[in-house]
Amino acid sequence: MRDAGTGPYRAIFAARFLMMLQYRAAALAGIATQFWFGGIMVMALSAFYTEGGGSASITRAEAITYIWLGQAFLGLLPWNVDPEIAVMMRTGNVAYERLRPVDTYFYWFARAMAWRTAATLLRAIPLLLVTSVVFDWVGLGAWSLQPPQSGTALALFLLSMVAVVLLSSALTTLLNISVVWTISGQGINVFTNSLVLILSGMVIPLPLFPDWAHLMLLLQPLAGLVDIPYRIYFAHLSGAEAIAGIALQIFWTMLFIGLGHLCMTRTMRRIQIQGG
Amino acid sequence: MPQIAVQDLSKTYRVAERRRGLIGAGRGLFSRTHRAVEALKGVSFALDRGELVGIIGPNGAGKSTLIKILCGILMPSSGHCEVDGLVPWDQRIRHVARIGVVFGQRTQLWWDLPVIDSFELLRDIYRVPEVSFRATAETLISLLRIDQLLHRPVRQLSLGQRMRCDIAAALLHSPSILFLDEPTIGLDANSKLALRDFIKHLNRHNGVTVILATHDMQDIGALAERVLIIGHGRILRDGSIAAMRADTPGQRRLVIDFSEDVGDITVEGATVLSRTGRRVAFAFDSRVTAAHTLIGRLTADHDIAELSIEEPTIEELIADFYASHGAVEA
Repeated sequence: MRDAGTGPYRAIFAARFLMMLQYRAAALAGIATQFWFGGIMVMALSAFYTEGGGSASITRAEAITYIWLGQAFLGLLPWNVDPEIAVMMRTGNVAYERLRPVDTYFYWFARAMAWRTAATLLRAIPLLLVTSVVFDWVGLGAWSLQPPQSGTALALFLLSMVAVVLLSSALTTLLNISVVWTISGQGINVFTNSLVLILSGMVIPLPLFPDWAHLMLLLQPLAGLVDIPYRIYFAHLSGAEAIAGIALQIFWTMLFIGLGHLCMTRTMRRIQIQGG
Repeated sequence: MPQIAVQDLSKTYRVAERRRGLIGAGRGLFSRTHRAVEALKGVSFALDRGELVGIIGPNGAGKSTLIKILCGILMPSSGHCEVDGLVPWDQRIRHVARIGVVFGQRTQLWWDLPVIDSFELLRDIYRVPEVSFRATAETLISLLRIDQLLHRPVRQLSLGQRMRCDIAAALLHSPSILFLDEPTIGLDANSKLALRDFIKHLNRHNGVTVILATHDMQDIGALAERVLIIGHGRILRDGSIAAMRADTPGQRRLVIDFSEDVGDITVEGATVLSRTGRRVAFAFDSRVTAAHTLIGRLTADHDIAELSIEEPTIEELIADFYASHGAVEA
């Protein structure tokens, strides 16, 4: 049941978002890491393009752009459990979560969204600026992030990124709910980590997988986290295809929200909170 | 109509048991044994608006489980319960908007935020209109004397300061029922007294129903007109401490400082509890032997410097009660 108005959800989003922005040291470390990994991946891919025969379905410049976008928005990937929720489970403070007159699912959804977007905001801006503008200045133009294919592509890309935020928050919330059962969340992190990185296209852009796998890879839910928006960015998906891609993202998002809501209800009916 | 009606409430937890040792752990991967723990076994009671009731019982008696069910956090295994016409776990969102809860061992404030930020966040979460929020917060801040603490992050507060802020936080949305689970745990004497005064004030002047679970018998003595004693998941007794004192045997204690050494003194109608120097403590039953008779017998043979007669403390009363009902935790 959802009361009228989104006040409480907006409030928890804003509070968490502002709290996350305080972790500047973590953001700096993150930026350094992302440059490092991005650099390695870009160089490895380039080597394949130079040395490998045959034709790839995206160009070298596009693949490099794909990698940099991926590093910039890495924080949006739903690859781990919110440590705040894990602590809450361990200490039993989750009891207070149930004392709030709000739908606990959407309450956690808002919290997850704040967590993901705040962490990303701090990293994405410097990373995008450096790889698109600074790289050109210092003569690294061949390794730089290319601008979007067109104004329309940019607009559709931004729309698709909004869908990424929602899809990622839905998946993160689902992971958070699972902590009720496992308490620690460590095991889930190990498992989801590699699954999300590979199936989203973060490690190897999905268009570079063998042809026979393309359709399957595009339709699975995790493509909506990286592959779909980035292909829209350089108009690999355009027009009706781009719209279909975004629709697919929204479809998976709705599905995971529904599933998460169901899981939350069931979980909370069986929850045991021990101790004073 | 009572504000809270609880009928035959039971709660059984299913707890996974671990086998011992490496082999046991290995077997545990394939099959687990579960043990049923009955935390509540058919609890019934009714509570009127504006009552202040204490819930006491040994550790593991089911107090916290009962409170969590009444708050809507836990679902009972069977039985029924209505609070202000709502079933807590079914109509949780509407229910929790009307209650305030303080768990003494936890905080509902945001650890890294200044207290006032937590208050404002709670205002938004509970959808409290700004005008009534300002009025309520102002009253609470002055009654609990927390105006100096509002801009400090919660992690920097002492336990006593934090507890006062936590109580304010639980009342910002003007709940009609306040649940307190060990609110005075770990507090110093002054903080405890101040908190008791505040709770009394809230109950008397604002008509807030208060449900207080505690191990602190001074809390109970100072606050609760009615006490539910819980043991082994059942209500063992429902009544006032005064009534309990009246129907427990008239155990009294007579402590005498003799002016001379009295050696192995004995007296008819009392047993010697302890002897330290010239001070001797006797236990007697005031219904069998009146105190003045006893004192008469003693003064006949000895000079007395000072004497006092003591009733058993609430602690002793309750400890005796637990023991006689086999309600002491295993």
